Amino acid sequence: MNLTTLLPLMLVASSLVPGMIIFFLDEKQVVARISLNMAGALLKLALAGVMLWGVVHGYHYEIRLPLLPGIDLFLRAGPLAMLFVTLSATLWLVTTVYAIGYLEDSPHRSRFFGFFSLCVTATAGLALAGNLLTFLLFYELLTLATFPLIVHRGTEVARLAGRNYLIYTVGGGALLLVATVWLYTLTGTLEFTARGFLSGLDAVHHPALIVIFVLFIAGLGVKAALLPFHGWLPQAMVAPAPVSALLHAVAVVKAGAFGIVRVVYDVYGVEFAADLGVTLPLAILASATIIYGSVRALFQDDLKRRLAFSTVSQVSYIALGVAVVGPIATIGGLVHLVHQGIQKVTLFFCAGNLAETLGIHKVSEMNGVARRMPWTMTAFTIGALGMIGVPPLTGFISKWYLGMGALDAGQNWVIFILAGSSLLNAAYFLPIVYAAWFKPPPPAWPHERSFGRFETAWALLLPPMVTAALTVSLGLLASSPISPLEWARFIASREFSP
Amino acid sequence: MHIDMVSTNPRFANGAGPTNGGETVPPLDLMFVEIPWAIALIMLPLTGGMVCFLLPSLAKLLGLVCALAILVAVGGLGWQLAENGAQRYAVGGWGAPLGIDLYADGLSLLMLVMAALVGLGVSVYSSAYFNGDKARHFWPLWLFLWAALNALFLSADIFNLYVTLELLGLAAVALVALAGGADALNAAMRYLLVSLLGSLFYLLGVALIYHSFGSVDIAVLAQRMEPSPAAWSAVGLMSTGLLLKTALFPLHFWLPAAHASAPAPVSALLSALVVKAPFYILLRLWLEIVSPTGAEPGQLLGQLLGLLGAAAVVWGGIQALRQTRLKLLIAYSTVAQLGYLFLAFPLGTSIAWKGVLYMLLSHGLAKAAMFMAAGNILRFCGHDRITDLDGVAQRLPLTLAAFSLAGVSIMGLPPSGGFVAKWLLLETSIRSGQWWWAVILILGGLLAAAYIFKVIGHAFTQAEVPSNPGAVPARMEWTALMLAFAAILLGFVAPAVFELMAIGMPVSGVAVG
Repeated sequence: MNLTTLLPLMLVASSLVPGMIIFFLDEKQVVARISLNMAGALLKLALAGVMLWGVVHGYHYEIRLPLLPGIDLFLRAGPLAMLFVTLSATLWLVTTVYAIGYLEDSPHRSRFFGFFSLCVTATAGLALAGNLLTFLLFYELLTLATFPLIVHRGTEVARLAGRNYLIYTVGGGALLLVATVWLYTLTGTLEFTARGFLSGLDAVHHPALIVIFVLFIAGLGVKAALLPFHGWLPQAMVAPAPVSALLHAVAVVKAGAFGIVRVVYDVYGVEFAADLGVTLPLAILASATIIYGSVRALFQDDLKRRLAFSTVSQVSYIALGVAVVGPIATIGGLVHLVHQGIQKVTLFFCAGNLAETLGIHKVSEMNGVARRMPWTMTAFTIGALGMIGVPPLTGFISKWYLGMGALDAGQNWVIFILAGSSLLNAAYFLPIVYAAWFKPPPPAWPHERSFGRFETAWALLLPPMVTAALTVSLGLLASSPISPLEWARFIASREFSP
Repeated sequence: MHIDMVSTNPRFANGAGPTNGGETVPPLDLMFVEIPWAIALIMLPLTGGMVCFLLPSLAKLLGLVCALAILVAVGGLGWQLAENGAQRYAVGGWGAPLGIDLYADGLSLLMLVMAALVGLGVSVYSSAYFNGDKARHFWPLWLFLWAALNALFLSADIFNLYVTLELLGLAAVALVALAGGADALNAAMRYLLVSLLGSLFYLLGVALIYHSFGSVDIAVLAQRMEPSPAAWSAVGLMSTGLLLKTALFPLHFWLPAAHASAPAPVSALLSALVVKAPFYILLRLWLEIVSPTGAEPGQLLGQLLGLLGAAAVVWGGIQALRQTRLKLLIAYSTVAQLGYLFLAFPLGTSIAWKGVLYMLLSHGLAKAAMFMAAGNILRFCGHDRITDLDGVAQRLPLTLAAFSLAGVSIMGLPPSGGFVAKWLLLETSIRSGQWWWAVILILGGLLAAAYIFKVIGHAFTQAEVPSNPGAVPARMEWTALMLAFAAILLGFVAPAVFELMAIGMPVSGVAVG
């Protein structure tokens, strides 16, 4: 076993092993727990960096273990995998710092951080999955690892949210299983291949392939919160703020969107999928979700619920970019996988800060809050402007490529969806920003806590500052060779015939 | 006792005969291979049980030593089989038809391995669970049961199978009654009657076969038996008896009460091992005698078994979901899981059989873990009402982890033995165009998820500490966890297990319809 086989395994193990140890730590072993968490997160990021460098320089990292007769547990670090791995490793590091600050003095931290690490393990695994079975394995692991985080507070509301989450995701997992087995009986292979492995199949099977595609999209759409499978996501915001960040930006929702990308590009092949006629319905479904999520977000007074509906809307940009079928739209969709994650994690961090520091949970309580917490609200504003798509922030880059790609592919109607969605985004984010900066603050905050020198605890303040800075810099440096945009361009070039 | 290893029967010639004929084998290896491990597997628990009966003060220690020795013996037998293929032993040097023959192939090995692993778990768990008078009764009975079980898995003729089945049933009934109290005694009495009735049906079938074909040896019958009214009535009688004992829907009525009212380690071994024994006999008969004829009544019977299995999956799942007591929930889950085992009969491909056997193995480990976890919860809270399990996640984290990991395998989520089994069954049912079995498999998985998460969800809620929580020994928590972990681990070793299972080719090349 040499380094090229060992690295993918280590990338998965770098959160699994610390997580397993953390389960057995006593509540009072704070230092040990924090060290393990941070060491795992830093190691994962370092490993991701090394592998990213390796993939650029043409190394192949892969490992196989026989799992079923004829099918392996197969991890492979391709360009698409590395896009997701790098994103989740980066965001996990900041989210870990945030979670350590957020959960200080709250009960059951060992259990929390154990499952937290398992979540990221599952995310790394499904990013690196080289075939559908491996993907399925980590997809289900993600479901199981997230459940204890959602019910973490142990209240009746949390229990119900957890129950609904399971009804959606276990059902989705079952559909995914059926789709995977069915596909296997037709092809005898499940290995992800650039431009897909189905186009050679006899035309007799095409109706079956269409049904399987529907099953895939339904199974993955549950996690990606596609209409009508989005119901669990707004409910799940009862979970602690770091969990929301994890759900919305790092792991769960992203896993669904990433799965859709995988299925369309590396199972069906986007051009074959277009020939089957399944991409247009997907584009319509994604567009409907984009508009629906934005409209629902408008009417939410609860800040986290508003952000949750915003996620429903924003994540569908990824599916839309995929379904428009064209190299430029693909770039837009893929790069949005990264951009949405960074922006949304910023917003949830800020929402958590407001709740922890001032006891603010509602949009209507946010008047003048920027005077009390200027740094937090600066980060929030950057995240919100990014979501709206104001240049030169990351969100603008995504929308630009999506729009150009749609025109390029002759799907002009998508432009209206993008424009309408941006307007709606502005309509539900700008009033918050305005109220926070320009309206007078109330005489007293609902539940204020003092943290000494800074406006809030430093571990809560630093993560949103970092991700907000990323939102700006990745937008400004979008054309530099190491930006996510360039990486997305690299991936897209492999998926389309020259 | 003189034991002679006779060359294998021509019917099992496929994998038989030493494979390393020309090489020189190191003496230690040779010794290890030469020991008749199959005999040891029966003698060890039998003598152990007798000594436990005579020297109750040593029972605990002896039981544990016995469990470890059996594990070694299974390892030895496995090695023998891997080296030499399927084995036939003539006990006392008298071959069939006069003497008693033992036969071991991949299928027997699989069952023996399961019994050894679960048995070790049950022994360790019981060493902390039972004390005083209960322990004095438990150990001899449990070791006798184990001896009967191992003998059953090694029997080569249908009469021996009857004897071992009867012994198994009697020991199991006595163990259920061990819990004491009116409920347990009622359940035990019902279990006894069902068990005797089942054996009686089976015995009638055996008599009919012996009368018609002049032999009870499975290998001989496989050559002699022809489709005839007598043969089919015999198969019908034997199947009815076995289905009653293996609690296939709608003959499952006795199981929930018996399994739920028994002491925790007994519930574990009943659900994990005892109900699998009649299934094993049914499987042997089917694979060796019924299925090769390819006759129409056989295919009809296969379809019927599949339908009953499907009904069991759905009915057991729904009933489990409706239960308010944890142990009853787990018992109904057993009814559902046993249903899966019958889905391979209508499918009949070798992949389906592999799937079913893997299901049997992983259910054994997972269900034992689950009943042990329930036992821990019962001891801690003093009750097993599901809605009042508040805070178990906080106070018995290892137990809840065991329950959840076992649940992963029961639900058939990856990675776990249950997933491997479900995958293979799904694959073969879609491939053969019998997609309705796939629907049952998925539905069963969803129902399982519903009843398992119902328990886990309640365990996470916040509540006050129960006024006087009982102490749960660490050994009981860890045993449950280790067994559950083994069920998960099965998800990673499937190719190796299938290789062992194929020794003597008990399930390959069988194709009906």
